[in-house]
Amino acid sequence: MRAIFWKELGDHFGKKRFNLMLGLVLVGVLWATFVDTEAMVRSGTGSFYLDLFTTTLGVPLSLLSFLSFFGPIIGITLGFDSINSERTQGTLSRILSQPVYRDAVYNGKFLAGLFTLIMVVLSLGIAAVGVAMFRFGLPPSSDEVLRLIGFGFVTIGYLAFWLALSMTASIFLRNAVASALVSIGIWIGISFFIVFASSAIADRMVPDIEEIEDQARHTNIQLWVGRVSPERLYTEATGTLLDPIGGRFLNPLGVAPERLQGLLLSPVSAGQSLLLVWPHIIALLGMIATLLSVSYVRFMREEIRS
Amino acid sequence: MSELLVEADSLVKAYGNFLAVNGLDLRLGEGEVYGFLGPNGSGKSTTILMMLGLTEPTSGGVKVVGYDPVRHPLEVKRQVGYLPESVGFYSDMSGRENMLYTADLNNIRRSEAKKRIDELLGMVELTDAMNQPVGQYSRGMRQRLGLADVLLKRPRVIILDDPTLGLDPTGIQWLLGIIEELSTNQGIAVLLSSHQLQEVQQVCHRVGIMSHGKIVLEGTVAELTAQTASGGFQLVLELLGGDDSLMTALKGLPSVTGCNRVGNNIVVDSNADVRALATATVIASSASLLGASSENRTLEQIYLRYFAGQER
Repeated sequence: MRAIFWKELGDHFGKKRFNLMLGLVLVGVLWATFVDTEAMVRSGTGSFYLDLFTTTLGVPLSLLSFLSFFGPIIGITLGFDSINSERTQGTLSRILSQPVYRDAVYNGKFLAGLFTLIMVVLSLGIAAVGVAMFRFGLPPSSDEVLRLIGFGFVTIGYLAFWLALSMTASIFLRNAVASALVSIGIWIGISFFIVFASSAIADRMVPDIEEIEDQARHTNIQLWVGRVSPERLYTEATGTLLDPIGGRFLNPLGVAPERLQGLLLSPVSAGQSLLLVWPHIIALLGMIATLLSVSYVRFMREEIRS
Repeated sequence: MSELLVEADSLVKAYGNFLAVNGLDLRLGEGEVYGFLGPNGSGKSTTILMMLGLTEPTSGGVKVVGYDPVRHPLEVKRQVGYLPESVGFYSDMSGRENMLYTADLNNIRRSEAKKRIDELLGMVELTDAMNQPVGQYSRGMRQRLGLADVLLKRPRVIILDDPTLGLDPTGIQWLLGIIEELSTNQGIAVLLSSHQLQEVQQVCHRVGIMSHGKIVLEGTVAELTAQTASGGFQLVLELLGGDDSLMTALKGLPSVTGCNRVGNNIVVDSNADVRALATATVIASSASLLGASSENRTLEQIYLRYFAGQER
């Protein structure tokens, strides 16, 4: 498997499309960091390193939403043709007639993609924090470091979901173009239309929201349906991790202004925030595991014709 | 007795209700070249896939180099080289890089691999092109690279699925020479699936003809000739003149099965070599013999006759 892992890793970093994506995202992140940090230093409040990712002071799109948009594309770029291009090239049957287990091919490809994602997230994170450190002139506190590590981990998990999804598509669909389109289609559907779908379902189930209890039920349903989407899981989890004060609630009803009256708004520790989003992380990992096992079973039982 | 390297016993592969392979038996010994023939869709490729564990048999069993490819795929693949019908390489990598990757997958040490790759690329005459990306290779070069790639792991059995497809005549002769060399000098068992009957006949020790998932005829070419009693030789005599009495004389020769006039030519079918007798007969007659050519197309005739009989 090691041979496959290294070859795939080399392939990823040698591909034009990947380097283009990486360059684009890197430029975007660096630019946003420059502008955001400047604005933040000028306004001068808050938890610098954490707000850096959620602020819209400098650039109207926060770094977090930037990542939640571009992350899936990077994940899909890495996986959408991983198996089917080998099939169309005719290399799959040649590789599988070498003394390697079939799962070694699959695992090697997934791990190489995952490792690439880790490198991407690490380099983006280090670049952003580095620029910020230069601007702020003070290092992040230990609590901030913990939160940033948690944030990085969840981001890797989020990108890995899209990698797993596009690899699954590449196993089920013989055509690389079809696989890319389906992956992107699922991404758009799951990330954007889930908003409409969740409110439509909530409206249907709780048509009357005059009473405060009904309103709560309506919001809850909307929230739970929305959590089907990994994009929602990701933004909720990272939003909580990056916000020590607001991050003590997950339910927006909890932060309704009238409920906050009399509440002492003190920040919670990183561990407490992590505990709060633990189910999100598990759900995300569970989605990845489901996709991987479905495609794995399919790939292992498939007949490989040349 | 040489060691048996491939043993298939009543092998069956079903796709739904369709039996692609239906009770196939096959034996292949060390140093043997086996010609695997049959029309498209007769189950040759499926059989090969089962031998490599690339698809599971529905019932029956196959043992390759003593192992079951489903249970012990790695032991089998370590010793079996497979050249698929259309062999694929990473087109952005050079021929040499592609082979280095194969060496990695076979756990061959780099230093040893490099030496062996250079040697093999020399053998298949690709030394000049070895650093070019495979995307620029011609079909024949790709096929030759495929052969070198198959031999990299020093296999005991090689399976070639229609290797002559797309090769030019010299390429085909060259490939057949290599196959012969491998089987006689290195004792490699070769399973050669092909449609090029004449070539198969040239190198194969034994031939099996597949039809509807079964081997329907098997044996040496001579045995098959006897089995089908088809007569295998065809002699074309180019004449100036010649009348019916000559035809009768030719028909009367021993082992001649048929005699037809085609324009200036007479085509003599026989199941033994009658060249000497036939030419002598023509010379003794009033006609002048301008030329005589014989095509030894035995296998093709057996094949055609067998499948022609099936159609009806």
